[in-house]
Amino acid sequence: MRNSVRVSFISRGFHGRRDDDVDPKRLPPGQYETHDFPVLSAGPTPHTPLEEWTFSIVSGDDRKTWTWDELRAMPSEDVTADIHCVTRWSKFDTSWQGVSVDTLLEEVESDSPYVLAFCDGGYTTNLPLEDVSDGKAWVAYAYDGEPLEAEHGGPARLLVPHLYFWKSAKWVRGLELRDENDPGFWETYGYHSYGDPWREQRYAGD
Amino acid sequence: MARTAVRRRLTWQVATVTDVVDETARTRTIELEVSDWPGHFAGQHLDVRLTAEDGYRAERSYSIASAPGEPVAITVERLDDGEVSPYLTEELRVEDALELRGPIGGYFVWDGADSRPLLLVAGGSGIVPLRAILRHRERSGSGVPVRLLYSSRTLDDVIYRAELAEPPTGVEVVQTLTREQPEGWTGYARRVDPALLGEVAWPSEQMPLAFVCGPTNFVETVASGLVALGYPPARVKTERFGATGGR
Amino acid sequence: MEALDGNAIAGLLQDVFGTEMTTAVSVCGHCGDRRPVAELVVYLRAPGTVARCRTCGWVLMVLVEARGLTCVDLNGLAELGSGRPPSVVQS
Repeated sequence: MRNSVRVSFISRGFHGRRDDDVDPKRLPPGQYETHDFPVLSAGPTPHTPLEEWTFSIVSGDDRKTWTWDELRAMPSEDVTADIHCVTRWSKFDTSWQGVSVDTLLEEVESDSPYVLAFCDGGYTTNLPLEDVSDGKAWVAYAYDGEPLEAEHGGPARLLVPHLYFWKSAKWVRGLELRDENDPGFWETYGYHSYGDPWREQRYAGD
Repeated sequence: MARTAVRRRLTWQVATVTDVVDETARTRTIELEVSDWPGHFAGQHLDVRLTAEDGYRAERSYSIASAPGEPVAITVERLDDGEVSPYLTEELRVEDALELRGPIGGYFVWDGADSRPLLLVAGGSGIVPLRAILRHRERSGSGVPVRLLYSSRTLDDVIYRAELAEPPTGVEVVQTLTREQPEGWTGYARRVDPALLGEVAWPSEQMPLAFVCGPTNFVETVASGLVALGYPPARVKTERFGATGGR
Repeated sequence: MEALDGNAIAGLLQDVFGTEMTTAVSVCGHCGDRRPVAELVVYLRAPGTVARCRTCGWVLMVLVEARGLTCVDLNGLAELGSGRPPSVVQS
């Protein structure tokens, strides 16, 4: 069963979005594969001009900041990944280009075990530092070979594909290193603090 | 029979499709028999829920196209990448069951109590709740003067075309076709803008009541245009549909 | 994704509050803007539903449906008046 609801009423001839040709090993529990790229947002699309845009890593009073040109000058990587949204769609083999967060973290000294990603529009999300390290996360500025569109988080978004995609914060402007794992936006409203799609950690308590 | 709809918990119930009518190539009106229907107000909507065999569910809201006292009907526009609308406009048949709940909404409602001139402005499928308002006005014998401004892409996209071609006394229908116009077209031929609104809307001195429904950008343009013409914001009621038409 | 308005969450709110809420007057806790819930800026299809002030964009309501329960956060609101549902329906 797709979900555990016992239903007594079935709509004749309605099949939903099911795709029976999916490789089950690639699909986390409760997900379906999509070939679209749905746009989900909690607020209006921000539009920060590139000449004003910066990305920062903040550790206490220490702050390292990159301008757009400086970020684009950093070594970048091509990333292909499956992504999983908590609203149940998964998209396979998405391709991105961006700077590894490891590269950016090299410029800051810190013992803090957690980060809070902060974004234009006020969105935040919390992650353990080790989940944005060791090749697991990027600041991505291109998708599918093109500059990342504003509605998908452009000019740059965080990309953390091993966790539910609400952690891949759109319109990211920086990471704050923290000693406490304070909840970000969706985590405050009941979403899981960690968000592993393979353990189906959608909501707090899962 | 009068029944109150106050403080009523919304419960899902199963209705039966009694008729389907293709209005345009992409829109279809679905008439329903709903055994436990408490009645509704013109402008309200209902929620439809589809359930697949594996338990997967999808829910959408649709404005009620019929007036109070008429059989419950919705008019659905098929969205190309839609999940629910293709089912409702192509698969659903007479005698099928459809799960729904309603009526819903207390803001975008016209009950005929206000006697001032009525301005109805529709973009695309935004015409649906306004058509319910027009039918209610007719059935209730209201003499309120109405102007309907209806924006569509082409003549083939005009929903309820025959009905609107012969409006009842006291109802003036003004149309604009934004993408393509037939030969000899005498209506407007552009998107609704402040100048067009100025020519069509009731003067604000008459204290009109306006209902604006359609895609979000359309509603924002029209609502701010009416306020600029002197309509108090509280006299401009708005209902935004998604850019693609559904909610 | 384009924003909708409070009409789009009329059913959800009626479920949660047990009564019609789109005519209820909301007052923004940040800028004091006062308007019916129907006129708030609503973002659906996110992990949750977010209603924002039309004037300043402040988050006024967040509704998250999890495991069959709807959690509602109204912290952004300074006030939320009770709705006045349509009184009598004749059929």
